[in-house]
Amino acid sequence: MLKTRLIPVLLLQNGLLVRSEGFHTHQIIGNPIHEVARFNQWNVDELIYLDISRDAVYDVGRDDHRVRELNDSLSILDSVSRSCFMPLTWGGRIRELNDIRERFRRGADKVSLNSQAIAQPSFVEKAARAFGSQAIVVSIDARSCGEGEWEVFTQGGRTSTGMKPETWACEVQKLGAGEILLQSIDRDGSGEGYDLELIRRIASVVEIPVIALGGVGRYEDYARAVKAGASAVAAANIWHFKELSDRNGKRALQRAGIPVRL
Amino acid sequence: MNSPSVAIVDYGMGNVRSVFNACESLGAYCQIAATPRDLENANVESLILPGVGAFGDAMQLLRDGGWLQALHQEVIENEKPILGICLGMQLLASVGYEFGEHRGLGWIEGEVKRLPSSEPQFRVPHIGWNEIEVASRDGIYADFIGNPTFYFVHSFAFYPQNLEVATSWCQHSTRWCASVQQGHIFGVQFHPEKSQRDGLRLINNFLKWKAPHA
Repeated sequence: MLKTRLIPVLLLQNGLLVRSEGFHTHQIIGNPIHEVARFNQWNVDELIYLDISRDAVYDVGRDDHRVRELNDSLSILDSVSRSCFMPLTWGGRIRELNDIRERFRRGADKVSLNSQAIAQPSFVEKAARAFGSQAIVVSIDARSCGEGEWEVFTQGGRTSTGMKPETWACEVQKLGAGEILLQSIDRDGSGEGYDLELIRRIASVVEIPVIALGGVGRYEDYARAVKAGASAVAAANIWHFKELSDRNGKRALQRAGIPVRL
Repeated sequence: MNSPSVAIVDYGMGNVRSVFNACESLGAYCQIAATPRDLENANVESLILPGVGAFGDAMQLLRDGGWLQALHQEVIENEKPILGICLGMQLLASVGYEFGEHRGLGWIEGEVKRLPSSEPQFRVPHIGWNEIEVASRDGIYADFIGNPTFYFVHSFAFYPQNLEVATSWCQHSTRWCASVQQGHIFGVQFHPEKSQRDGLRLINNFLKWKAPHA
């Protein structure tokens, strides 16, 4: 029986790891490579690394983080993949097939597409055809706009698309996406728990796995998302600010009767 | 003691970098063979054949790239141990049925067929961490206790003709073979290079494996 995956998400902004709140507040929390080594030691299931930098400038203007060769996100990927012996999804700033090829060449196993998929849906299809559906994750950022209604946002949550996430999810499945990374903008960094209604809505309209992200504040939140239909549960902040976050998260899932890899 | 040495066959379809990183982290001397000549010139003890993609495309690349002869020389004539990973394991078979019928390397008799996908809870592709049932506790499973969990990403599986070559099994809708060994030829359907500690341990066992002396 397949185990339910518990996935840490790392956010990279201009060469440093950050924590995010509501997609707008970003606080620097550390070194992009040391965190991965720690997750590796914890033997975690999988890792999602999202580069949310808005421009290509990686001049961090400081050297107190002791990261060598921090000039672009791809060299960070090189370093990450040297100490990452688990499935690695890399997202952010992917515009063409060559960007994907480059990330796979450097050790990523899957890529996560977002803004470019919305700007040009056929890109998802091309990517899936070239690299296989299993390697293509489409990330959907949804913001609540009333009771039981959501809207998809793009460009790091800044631009509205007028699309409902359920419509977009069906569309990307048809285009060949292998997984959906479903993120609630409202819950991002809130610690209030996942948007379970949103997860339920999306998981009920697609067959491909849905990875829930955004809002985890307590380990008990994971099982609720799985019961709402998520195939895997992801989180960012809880991995940074709590000790033993992998072990305790897995135990909470196990207590709820969900099969996990221990 | 010398560190083990291995060449990773880079025929154009595989996560070569991940396999390289895993072997290197184990202290092995690794070489990426980008051409059949690299492979012939590589002074290494063993080979890894990675693979991500479709069976027919991979065989085409092996043929067009002139790999078949070099691989035959190294694996069959020189009897170097080889580990096929995922599609690399499937290529060891006689025949594959992904998008038509294709001849494989034919080193281990068997067929590569699509996993049945009848019930909705057993989706294909089979992606994620699943437990295997170890059938043979030597070779690559030498120091494993219990049934380890590995990371899988695939839609097709190897159905060997002789069931004795199956060194482990996995259950997803039906029960199928998760790894094979025939003499010095090994294959694993899962991705040990992406399976954390147990995966690294398995690769380490392969790198240190020696043929039993007759």
